[in-house]
Amino acid sequence: MTPPPFAAPASTALPNSAQAPDLTPQVGEYGVPQPSAAEPVFTIRDLSVYYGGNVALKEVSLDIMPREITAIIGPSGCGKSTFIRCLNRMNDLIPGATVTGDVFYHGQNIYAPEVDPVAVRRRIGMVFQRPNPFPKSVYDNVAFGPRINGFKGDLDELVENSLRAAALWDEVKDKLKKSALNLSGGQQQRLCIARAIAVEPDVILMDEPASALDPVATVRIEDLMQELKKQYSIIIVTHNMQQAARVSERTAFLYTEVDEETSSRWGILVEHGETGLIFTRPKDKRTEDYVSGRFG
Amino acid sequence: MGRSPSPGESAGAKVSDINSARPAGRRLWTNRLASAAMLGAVLLAMIPVGLILSYIFAKGMAAMSWEFLSEPTPFSFRRAEGGFLNGLIGTGIMVGLATLVSVPLGILAAIYLQEYGRGLLANLIRFFSDVMTGVPSVFVGLFVYTAFVLPFGFGAVMGAAALAIIMLPIVVRTTEEMLKLVPLELQHGSFALGASKFQTIIRVVLPSALPGITTGVLLAVARAAGETAPLILTALGSLTITTKLIGEPISALPLLIFDGARNPFAAGQERAWAGALELLALVLIFTLLARIVASRSKISS
Repeated sequence: MTPPPFAAPASTALPNSAQAPDLTPQVGEYGVPQPSAAEPVFTIRDLSVYYGGNVALKEVSLDIMPREITAIIGPSGCGKSTFIRCLNRMNDLIPGATVTGDVFYHGQNIYAPEVDPVAVRRRIGMVFQRPNPFPKSVYDNVAFGPRINGFKGDLDELVENSLRAAALWDEVKDKLKKSALNLSGGQQQRLCIARAIAVEPDVILMDEPASALDPVATVRIEDLMQELKKQYSIIIVTHNMQQAARVSERTAFLYTEVDEETSSRWGILVEHGETGLIFTRPKDKRTEDYVSGRFG
Repeated sequence: MGRSPSPGESAGAKVSDINSARPAGRRLWTNRLASAAMLGAVLLAMIPVGLILSYIFAKGMAAMSWEFLSEPTPFSFRRAEGGFLNGLIGTGIMVGLATLVSVPLGILAAIYLQEYGRGLLANLIRFFSDVMTGVPSVFVGLFVYTAFVLPFGFGAVMGAAALAIIMLPIVVRTTEEMLKLVPLELQHGSFALGASKFQTIIRVVLPSALPGITTGVLLAVARAAGETAPLILTALGSLTITTKLIGEPISALPLLIFDGARNPFAAGQERAWAGALELLALVLIFTLLARIVASRSKISS
């Protein structure tokens, strides 16, 4: 599947020098069957983020596979949110943030100068830590994305389908015109997922989507993610290791490095791979310490 | 706590435990004294407001009549007939024009300051807005007098210009404060759906801030409707009804109240009281209407 390019096709063709190198995770070496040889959705190379000159995330290289859930785990302050925000250029909105390195989305560098970040975000949706529905009706929340994108079609049907896909339709079908702020926290978060689905993205980024929710609402979100991954590639940041182990196919472990002299801190990618392997047979001592609960 | 009472303990023991935690002695009386002092301060502050409102209402109702509302001012203060229709029309025209100019400009300036403005220019605009809020309104009148009245003569447009200059900084600053209150998370939610900055401002930021912006606009309108000094220098005042925008002096309610109140004749003074009540009612009705409109535009909860 080739998604439409962000900008004029001619200008976005990759120069040979910027071709994404093949660093697909070697999942086969532990005897786990190699999944279908799909093209990665994201090929991330040497991604670093600076906030006002201080490095926050250092030289992350990672591939994200399609139609899977990839979990980003790590202790607080290790740059998980910073990392995920690079994938739809949300870091552009933070004053003083600079990003170096390359993020190839289906082979196309989303940090290339001619790429419009607004177009990137139309393909790569995002769900935030705290539910953030607009102070509008349930219907208008879901219809927001299609409307601003000039959707010409049956909006009612699209809203219904999006709400059904987010497992929220039955709960809100009688109060579509009521304020979204009256929904419970878990319903609001599923509404935000419906809102993201309504623009028919390719990837959904979730930044600790269940951390503000109670266990019952959390289970519903996790069940929903299992449904959604049939259609979308999902990347979830979570500080909850059980959640990562439950829902994801692959896990990337980020960790904070500290410079003893300047006591500055930044996040690095320690290792990534099949979730089962990360949690049972990690290659790195730090990963093992973290997933076994020895720190963090 | 030395011990935690077990569930089996008698109810009496628990109640005495709770009572022992009650503030007693000095703390209790300090609390009561402070509460009483605050209540007293509120009541004290309400006294002048209550007196002014009740006095205007009593005096104004005594002089209020249909004739007052529907007739222009007589040429002699002594005559106990006529009303302030000329002033009502003048105030409507001038405040309306000033609102039409200052509200869109002020909201756009506030959006610029909050969403786009960085560095020296934005700080300068913010600084001068603050300065303008504090400028005595008679200075604004003098400015418009020298800049527009001297070459073009007195008129409604000149009065409206002075009022707009007075309203603009109020609209800018209150709108900016309201835009600041819109959570960044909402904007990020909009950006994450592929909205441009313009779409985010128009469809998310402004609607979220609308109730607050309405309050700011109302403050500005109420202030403009009550201004007298700048209108003396720009609209001048008139005893006849006119709807001409330029080239002819026009009246306004505050001007007629001022004229009526400072003349020695009882009939003129009574009209001033009725005029004060009319102006008060006008601002009040306008405030209520705007509030209703603002709350209608929100969605039912």
